[in-house]
Amino acid sequence: MVDLRRAAAIVGIHEHVTRYSPDKSELQIQGESVIKALADAGLSKNDVDGLFTASSSIRNSGMNLADYLNMYPSYVDNTTVGGGSFEFHLSHALTAIAAGRINVAVITYSSLARSGGVSVGTGGVGRFGHPILDPSPDSFEELYGLTTVGLYAMIARRHMHLFGTTSEQLAEVSVAMRHHASMNPEALFRDPITVEDVVNSRIISDPLHLMDCCIITDGGGAVVVASPEVARNCRQTPVWVLGAGEAIAHQGAGKRDLIYIAAHQSSPRAFEMAGVTHDDIDMAMVYDSFTITVVETLEDLGFCKKGEGGEFVSGGRLKVGGALPINTDGGGLSSNHPGMRGLFLLLEATRQLRHEFDGTGRQVPDCKIALAHGTGGALGSRHSGGTVILARD
Amino acid sequence: MTTTWNRPLPSIAGETKPFWDSCRRGQLVIQRCDDCNEYQWYPRGICANCWSENIQWVQSSGRGTVWTYTVTQQNRTTGFAEMVPYVLALVELEEGVRMFTNIVDCNPRDVHIGMAVEVTFQTATPQITIPYFKPAG
Repeated sequence: MVDLRRAAAIVGIHEHVTRYSPDKSELQIQGESVIKALADAGLSKNDVDGLFTASSSIRNSGMNLADYLNMYPSYVDNTTVGGGSFEFHLSHALTAIAAGRINVAVITYSSLARSGGVSVGTGGVGRFGHPILDPSPDSFEELYGLTTVGLYAMIARRHMHLFGTTSEQLAEVSVAMRHHASMNPEALFRDPITVEDVVNSRIISDPLHLMDCCIITDGGGAVVVASPEVARNCRQTPVWVLGAGEAIAHQGAGKRDLIYIAAHQSSPRAFEMAGVTHDDIDMAMVYDSFTITVVETLEDLGFCKKGEGGEFVSGGRLKVGGALPINTDGGGLSSNHPGMRGLFLLLEATRQLRHEFDGTGRQVPDCKIALAHGTGGALGSRHSGGTVILARD
Repeated sequence: MTTTWNRPLPSIAGETKPFWDSCRRGQLVIQRCDDCNEYQWYPRGICANCWSENIQWVQSSGRGTVWTYTVTQQNRTTGFAEMVPYVLALVELEEGVRMFTNIVDCNPRDVHIGMAVEVTFQTATPQITIPYFKPAG
């Protein structure tokens, strides 16, 4: 394979601070985010030739976004694979830039899930109105009352059965994320919590409790990705893409062992491309739709063996100062989760690699290499996994 | 007793019609490939393993075990909202494929991984009969 290491860099970012925006449209949040991310990079509208976006609520989101922004991009990517879409976008932008098709790509996302009252996790198939099921696979699944939480809970139950993982171990993930959120003024929930708080919260879908589940917020943001030539003249320290891996996991005609998730496929691809090892990773942004998502992802990324995730996430290992700090913004469990959170993984990894929090407890000391892994869809049926590895100079 | 089915109903395509026709007769059928002999679930017009079109409908034993499950306490969809708590499960059939289902006719607290179950059918409409699983008798 062509060596794509450092063939593109994240040069601008913006996180829309909103957690509740009933007065804004989703396109407005994207527009505001793109403008500010380009300003962060020191670039302008006319520099952008690639447009990347995904949405579960905006129809024809690529076309409508180009129209709203009054842009005529020469490269458009609407890959929509759930919450991990934006790791796929970064991977695709890397390839497009390396091939010389484009020089500057913008990746953006927004959602008004909270002000819209969308029951992301427990809405079931009817959450967007009266459901008409596709002949397959819906008609062989949705008859049985699937929910997003339920599809993760089933994998949590299987994990507990096979490996003895406990609710208290899963709760350690929520506790660590809340600890980080307490240092993020934008996080929705910032008051510290305990393992007991999590396991005493009500059951949503056994064995997952309310506080094993991500929150629901509005939100959005944008990332600017540029070629090395452009990146060297940008305002900010470039954050280079070292490697990227993509994968889909599904039921495999009824035979796949879904205790292994898409990260099991995408992670080796990313590490091989990047030419680094797990010991080189200073911090990770791991999609935390649910506590079990983090346990499963860390195992299948290769940070610990399959089945040892429950022990791995315990004892403060995931906090800044621990062996592998993750989700230093508080994650989807405490900071924000508008429905497809993958974009925010790229934002916080970039902030850490820029050392934006130097002198505070949120900064991972001497952070040089970060990993982000987005998961989209549901562990129990089918989902995407996008792994990217990022580095500062 | 007259009941109106208020949960989602399947849509039926040509490739899945034999399945739903069989359900109406109280038979659970799955597919096996004549070329590679692999079973598959869910039903489709090609063999998911070798991409042959020589697939046959075969009767399943209707017996299996619970591969995993969850007791759902919250679902906002009409029909399911009134049904909680209910057991959403993946059942592994004796033929080796896993399918989504509900475990019915038992206390949700009694369900466990590895539990032996067998198919049972519920008539939703004159056209649609849906397979579920219950503890093996």
